[in-house]
Amino acid sequence: MDTKRTTFNNRLLPYLLLAPQLAITLIFFIWPAAQAVKSSFEREDPFGFSTVFVGLAHYQQLLADPNYLDSLWRTAVFAVSVTLLSMVLGLAFAAAVDRLTRTSKVYTTLLVWPYAVAPVVAGVLWWFLFNTSTGLLPFFLERFGILWDHDLNGTHAMILIIIAAAWKQISYNFLFFLAGLQSVPQALMEAAAIDGSGPVKRFFTISLPLLSPTTFFLFIINVNYTMFDTFPIVDATTGGGPAQATTTLVYKVYQDGYVGLNLGSSSAQSVLLMLIVMLLTFVQFRFVERRVQY
Amino acid sequence: MLKKLSMAAFAVALSATSSLAATEVTWWHAMGGELGKKLEEIAQKFNESQTDYKVVPVYKGSYPETLTAAIAAFRAKQQPAIVQVFEVGTGTMMAAKGAVYPVYKLMADEGETFDPKTFLAPVTGYYSDTEGNILSLPFNSSTPIMYYNKDVFKKAGLDPEVAPKTWKEVEEFSKKIVSSGAAKCGFTSAWITWVQTENLSAIHDKPFGTLQNGFGGVKSEFNFNGPLQVKHWANLKKWQDEGLFKYGGPVGGDQAATMFYAQECAITMNSSAGRAGVINNAKTFTPGFAPLPYYDDEIKEPKNSIIGGATLWVLNGKDKATYKGVAKFFSYLSKAEVQADWHQFTGYLPITNAAYDLGQTQGYYGKNPGSDIAIKQITRGTPSDNSKGLRFGNFTQVRTIVDEEFQALLANKKDAKQALDSAVQRGNALLREFEAANSN
Repeated sequence: MDTKRTTFNNRLLPYLLLAPQLAITLIFFIWPAAQAVKSSFEREDPFGFSTVFVGLAHYQQLLADPNYLDSLWRTAVFAVSVTLLSMVLGLAFAAAVDRLTRTSKVYTTLLVWPYAVAPVVAGVLWWFLFNTSTGLLPFFLERFGILWDHDLNGTHAMILIIIAAAWKQISYNFLFFLAGLQSVPQALMEAAAIDGSGPVKRFFTISLPLLSPTTFFLFIINVNYTMFDTFPIVDATTGGGPAQATTTLVYKVYQDGYVGLNLGSSSAQSVLLMLIVMLLTFVQFRFVERRVQY
Repeated sequence: MLKKLSMAAFAVALSATSSLAATEVTWWHAMGGELGKKLEEIAQKFNESQTDYKVVPVYKGSYPETLTAAIAAFRAKQQPAIVQVFEVGTGTMMAAKGAVYPVYKLMADEGETFDPKTFLAPVTGYYSDTEGNILSLPFNSSTPIMYYNKDVFKKAGLDPEVAPKTWKEVEEFSKKIVSSGAAKCGFTSAWITWVQTENLSAIHDKPFGTLQNGFGGVKSEFNFNGPLQVKHWANLKKWQDEGLFKYGGPVGGDQAATMFYAQECAITMNSSAGRAGVINNAKTFTPGFAPLPYYDDEIKEPKNSIIGGATLWVLNGKDKATYKGVAKFFSYLSKAEVQADWHQFTGYLPITNAAYDLGQTQGYYGKNPGSDIAIKQITRGTPSDNSKGLRFGNFTQVRTIVDEEFQALLANKKDAKQALDSAVQRGNALLREFEAANSN
């Protein structure tokens, strides 16, 4: 394909054009991240009067702490569950809406609404629905012999935050899947239909493979979402409890750093969290991407 | 990190607006709702009483949020003159010698009269250094008491005027209440940490930690896994299994008040500052007030309970004029009328003896039965090393740990001994960290 190339003679211009974005990245991302790395090697009192270099002590402590390793495992469960749940449901809704002709706009609007809800509000909403003494859902669950108690039952608490976090993310996945589905060439679908394959077969053999770039993209975004952006949901519903059953890595960073004022360990945790996400993204691009058809 | 930046930005924005004629004294506090309105009214009245200084109260969210905000602001050199810090943050503030302007010193420097003896001893004891100097101004102090539902007591065939005195009676009464169907549960409790562990230890004259509960220095260790605490936690678990006790949730135990107001539980134990809330919410029943129960086979004469609540700390780095204003404001706050008004409105303890005396001459306690239970409970007997209070670093996190272990107990994951042992062990690790961070 021929593309028109515009060339600039001024060598400075591209750098100038990049400067604002670079400045923002440096000030708001690189600098704080570097600070976090620095303070993860130090022990400091909250007010910052005395700072001692302690090397890898915080990291050693963390990796030897069963509570931290538990939190790592719980975060994995949480991230996988939320990603799967919200992507499968997002795709299901997108496939359903894609088949609608006249009412698709209405459904799209309604399905996108939860995304506009602030995470903390989403958390409070589900907290109300699942409230053990006044909530609607425990009332119904009791009829099936399930005594809902997320204040004491760790599994219940985990289910609660998975549902709340996934619910909020379905809209986002839905939008991308819908856009992906609508860009599947109509000709392919018609050809398959003429060859006698039904809608279900067409979905799995044509739409789904063609959606793989979208799926890949959403997978990364969703894992990042559950790792970092779910803090308000945990804070508003379970507060990390009971007995740390819902203390995810990012929540532990908050608890130790913001509540406990243990800045060194908290920084070390955020550095580890950063490394985990970098590793995941690397693995995803390196290995998963190869199998994605663009 | 981002939070820190935005907090600093906020602090800058805040200080940029303060350039009026009167010297402004910023006061960061954590009192929301009705309490916040009352606090603002106090500041307002002080501002109207003179023209040189203007106290500007700023609500900064919960207690931990306020403390963290103040620390971040201090690091960014945008600190307020006064910050309200809850009692569990006391260890952190005391260790930060360079950040704090001790109140006794401030008052002496500014020539304001300030006699520690005019304050209630159990309150000031909590906030004084080892030489007996008051480091922060007691503002809102409370102690846990028992609240009960007189109507449910009547329905269960109990005398509504007789509250259970001992834990044995709490058990007996609860059994009657549940079996008669008067209520679904006998009792609940706010603050498992503060009420059912820290105060439990103090009342029974048992240590919570070594070195006089941490008053003796940062080398102290927790030892609240003694027989008494194990027995009590095991009982709570047993009573939960029997349906007599219902858990109100971690930290402040918000569900406890809800269950008490909904008449689901006949008894609750909560801060004396919950009194206003109980009176406002008990529309369909008559509440009763009583001291906390105790084990009569452990102690014949229960000791005083210990306090919670917050004090006002003055931060370093302001100019002389501001500190003059702070000193004047603190003198105003310590006035008997101001204290008595705050105490009677909120249910917090009167901080000075004069405020208590004023309430008595006003006939307040006669007109409001039960309103002096907290003060009687906190002043009974002679405080021992075990009932003087607690002073530990990283204590906010320790409370989180105690909550977690209690949940593990209720969820059948551990027995009482294992849960308390684990809480002590994890808490000690935090104490050693605090010691290391504050001794170099």
